[in-house]
Amino acid sequence: MPGPFALFIWFIGILGEAAVLVCALKKGAFRKYLLLNLYMAGLMVVEILRYKFVSEFGLSSPQYVYFYFYSDAILTIILYFALSSLYSHVFSEMNAERYVKMGTLVLLAGTAIFSYAVVMQSTAKFVTHFVVELSQNLYFVGVVLTYVLWAAILKLRETRTRLIQLVLSLGIYFSLLAANYAIRNLYPPLCSVFIPLVGVFGTFLPLAWAYAFWHLPEEARLAPARLAVIPR
Amino acid sequence: MMAAIILVCSLVFLLQFFVSYCRSLIAASIKHPLSAEVQDVTGIKNSATGEDFDRVVQLLQLCPDRPEDRSGIQAIGAYFGLLGFMRSSVARIIPSLLAWTETERGQCTYFAAVTLERRIAFSRDMFAQQLET
Repeated sequence: MPGPFALFIWFIGILGEAAVLVCALKKGAFRKYLLLNLYMAGLMVVEILRYKFVSEFGLSSPQYVYFYFYSDAILTIILYFALSSLYSHVFSEMNAERYVKMGTLVLLAGTAIFSYAVVMQSTAKFVTHFVVELSQNLYFVGVVLTYVLWAAILKLRETRTRLIQLVLSLGIYFSLLAANYAIRNLYPPLCSVFIPLVGVFGTFLPLAWAYAFWHLPEEARLAPARLAVIPR
Repeated sequence: MMAAIILVCSLVFLLQFFVSYCRSLIAASIKHPLSAEVQDVTGIKNSATGEDFDRVVQLLQLCPDRPEDRSGIQAIGAYFGLLGFMRSSVARIIPSLLAWTETERGQCTYFAAVTLERRIAFSRDMFAQQLET
């Protein structure tokens, strides 16, 4: 079983995910940000199932490890589609939804082909390697796509505060996980330090989204130029 | 090589997202006027300064918190630390940064005061609900 701190982080994560759903429902934002909320609901179910796997089979059991990586890949793909739904929100006035959907699918297929090419040589546990590789690559693709979306928000002078905070918090989350995976690939001995950090990073997104849904009304506006690191 | 590029890009993007996110939190709270009661408790009358941040955070810790409040104040705490680091390092070389970091630190304090006001209101609501039941 994980230690008390890891269990506490786990509990905070599940609480945060539930808080997102409750806040979104109470503030009438559930349907507007449907994919984001479906991702949170999926994440909560997976976290509870992971706990069940750990308590039944143990943290280092193959059952838990397989479930962890396969569920992580599915959740990353859902989050990737949730990100594309944020694109649809930003470009809603330009009627670009069809292009966004097409672009999302093409990029997902491209990432899958790239991941396949990377793991092609490994003969043992090919599917598992592919799933892990796809997850890692999607995190980095997520970082880049969120950055492009942030640039579009600044360029189009998008003012919806809630949407801006949802995008920026997603950017922080993707960057943290992509950096974490990169460090683990560069310095494998540091895995014992950086693997537990995934749980800590994982609590950020639900808490940030719960904050955005609860405290920011849909009609709240701000000038995005004020937020740029380099003043515009 | 690929992992190193991903690491560098992720860290650069992370910094940009983080600063923008914190400034969006501050910008959303800056329009919120502080009640006379919170002004008295925190000592913030006209404008907040960075010197008051630790004291306001200490007051915050005395109130029961909610999960959805936690990420905001933690992010602003980290941003305040980053500004403090900039103030004592880069701002010594670029003096114009000093005034900017001071303004930002003051706004961090204001954000903490707004969060304090929300927590006080939350505690009052809970107390009122308990009295009703």
